[in-house]
Amino acid sequence: MKIDNWLKDNTFHHSTFSDLADLVREKEKQNLKISLCIPTLNEERTIAKEIILFHSELMVRYPLIDEIAIIDSGSSDNTISVAKSFGAETYLASDILPHLPPKKGKGENLWKAIYQLDGDIIVYIDADIKNIHPRFAYGLLAPLIYREEIKYVKAFYDRPLAFSEGIRPSGGGRVTEILIRPLFSLFFPELSAIIQPLSGEYAVRREVLEELHFPIGYGVETAHIIDVYSKYGLAAFAQTDLDQRVHRNQETRSLGKMAFGILQTFFGRLQTLNLISDLPELSTVLRQFQVHDKDFEAINMTIVEEERPPMLSIPEYLTKRGIKKND
Amino acid sequence: MDKKLARILDSLPNIEAMIRDMRDIILTNIVMIGEIPAPTYKEDNLRDFVLNRLNQDNLINCSTDESGNALGILPGKSGKKNILVVSHLDSVFEEEENNTLSIQPDYILGRGLSDNIVSLAATISLPFILDQLKIQLKSNLIIMGTSRSLGPGDLEGIRFFLKNTKLNISNGISVEGVKLGDLSYSSIGMARCEINCWVPEEYDWTKFGAVGSIVTMNELINRIQEIPIPNKPRTNIILSSISGGRGFSSIPLDATLRFEIRSESGEMVDNLQKQIMDIAQEVSSHSGSKVETKVMAKRKPGGISFSHPLASSAREIHKKLGIKSRITPNIAELSAFIDKNIPSVAIGITKTAKQSSSLEKVEIEPLYKGIAQLVGLIMAIDTGCCSEN
Repeated sequence: MKIDNWLKDNTFHHSTFSDLADLVREKEKQNLKISLCIPTLNEERTIAKEIILFHSELMVRYPLIDEIAIIDSGSSDNTISVAKSFGAETYLASDILPHLPPKKGKGENLWKAIYQLDGDIIVYIDADIKNIHPRFAYGLLAPLIYREEIKYVKAFYDRPLAFSEGIRPSGGGRVTEILIRPLFSLFFPELSAIIQPLSGEYAVRREVLEELHFPIGYGVETAHIIDVYSKYGLAAFAQTDLDQRVHRNQETRSLGKMAFGILQTFFGRLQTLNLISDLPELSTVLRQFQVHDKDFEAINMTIVEEERPPMLSIPEYLTKRGIKKND
Repeated sequence: MDKKLARILDSLPNIEAMIRDMRDIILTNIVMIGEIPAPTYKEDNLRDFVLNRLNQDNLINCSTDESGNALGILPGKSGKKNILVVSHLDSVFEEEENNTLSIQPDYILGRGLSDNIVSLAATISLPFILDQLKIQLKSNLIIMGTSRSLGPGDLEGIRFFLKNTKLNISNGISVEGVKLGDLSYSSIGMARCEINCWVPEEYDWTKFGAVGSIVTMNELINRIQEIPIPNKPRTNIILSSISGGRGFSSIPLDATLRFEIRSESGEMVDNLQKQIMDIAQEVSSHSGSKVETKVMAKRKPGGISFSHPLASSAREIHKKLGIKSRITPNIAELSAFIDKNIPSVAIGITKTAKQSSSLEKVEIEPLYKGIAQLVGLIMAIDTGCCSEN
């Protein structure tokens, strides 16, 4: 599929889907069940608003979403009690499939949501969005509901704060523009059309999710995109412009950690797909530096991008979903 | 006490409890309204949201007008009376990048909550709330977000509607953010004025000394403060804001003073306004500065009496809900109703506390009582408890 065609046919603006009554009718016609997963770690300041808005608008007024679940990595603040006080289902990631050795990372929460939640479609939305709005969910769900061939919908945010008429650049954050898009342009040129591949908001069909490997750390979004693309091609993706996302900005140093984790995942995929070979064993230590008076000091951080296997390989999942091994 | 009113009062605790169960709907409206910038004259996006919401709740005639009001009608069983519930759309805040609100279990944090996010949210939540409470009114209930209310808007939206509507409005309720317990059924006379003072190009610096505009404005303020203010009718002059000059080293070339004259007597307001204008002329003539006085807005005093059934019903509703009534005069939407001789009240819906220069904190719990009083008042008007005849 050519990038230009894909951009034309599979890139949407959330306002296209603002007729929520029609969206709900179409969802009910297909007898779909939809789950919303909000992965959390110390999000007491923003979690209440997300729960209230999605519950009120997309469960009470328009029954688009059937369940909302908070899957928490072990917050030390009041995230869980706040979420509970607003009536949300809350789960500690380590309590889901408890016999598995626990791992800490956002990807772990996303992966365990596949087991815990019942939806035919799961929409994942980060918990740190200050300007949360129902469009963050329905904008991602609608392409899946209206277009059977679409399997994975990514969010992007494209509302410039000030701009005169004419051409302007559009794109993702710093890690996307200086790492991911150049890498995609080198190895998977079609994927460079995904405007914000690292956005934490996406909706995916269960049959796709349950066969994906899940890096538990920074590489989860990148791995998903490469794996879904390798199996289904670009046509399986869509992206929706959700206008603007107000959130905490990360320091450059934190972005360095993110880039390091993503690179591990990326090189792993390149090897699996036989796009490169003969790589040496890669270090898992990221070195960053700080200065004390005139002395430079190295800060070493070990970042290992572990992965969970496809959920379809977990016996408890097969039992829960009533799937026979040979299905 | 009227038996119908007694029945309504008895139902209020249950209504309050049921409204508490609708927390998410109310808070969602607060968030969605609060995050749409709506400075006066730029209320279009918020107006569209309100219209959309009223449409979603199956109101009829959801529409806007030349003045930019947003309204919808919840039709009553008989439709013989029309009750108009209003809350203004506009806020004093300009459009900015981030005007998000934060919700915590006990409170909401953000800017513009008391003026006018919370009350507008309560107003547009009414159709949903009445539906859940299974309250079907005999009267038509007109829900309206009024445009161009604040500052230079000078109540343009509500005035336009009341002047041009073909509907016979029997009663009005103006819903305001703060403060729960505030109850207004009369408007005081008011003149909102601005005095601009500036140094003209032909100013003779040698003859008058290089004093500039601030000293001139200072003289003007001193003279205003010398005006005797009577105790009866109750009257005051509020010097609200002052600005002028550019920095440390330059002589100020302009200065602006904003103030309000408030009085129970309209004649007194006119009298004081004239005195201040005369002072401005006098100061202008001997200082060499140019002084110009503009009247930005004016209100006439009036309203219903303390013993009017609408006022007494409102107080009974407060009493039943454990709300302490504070009777205060009002110069906002209520005065537009009063100008048209429509028996009306203005009520506060919640309590706020300032957190910083622009952020406010609103407790969630008092909201349920605030909205219960609004529902009770609508029921009382609907059943005829608030009519003099």
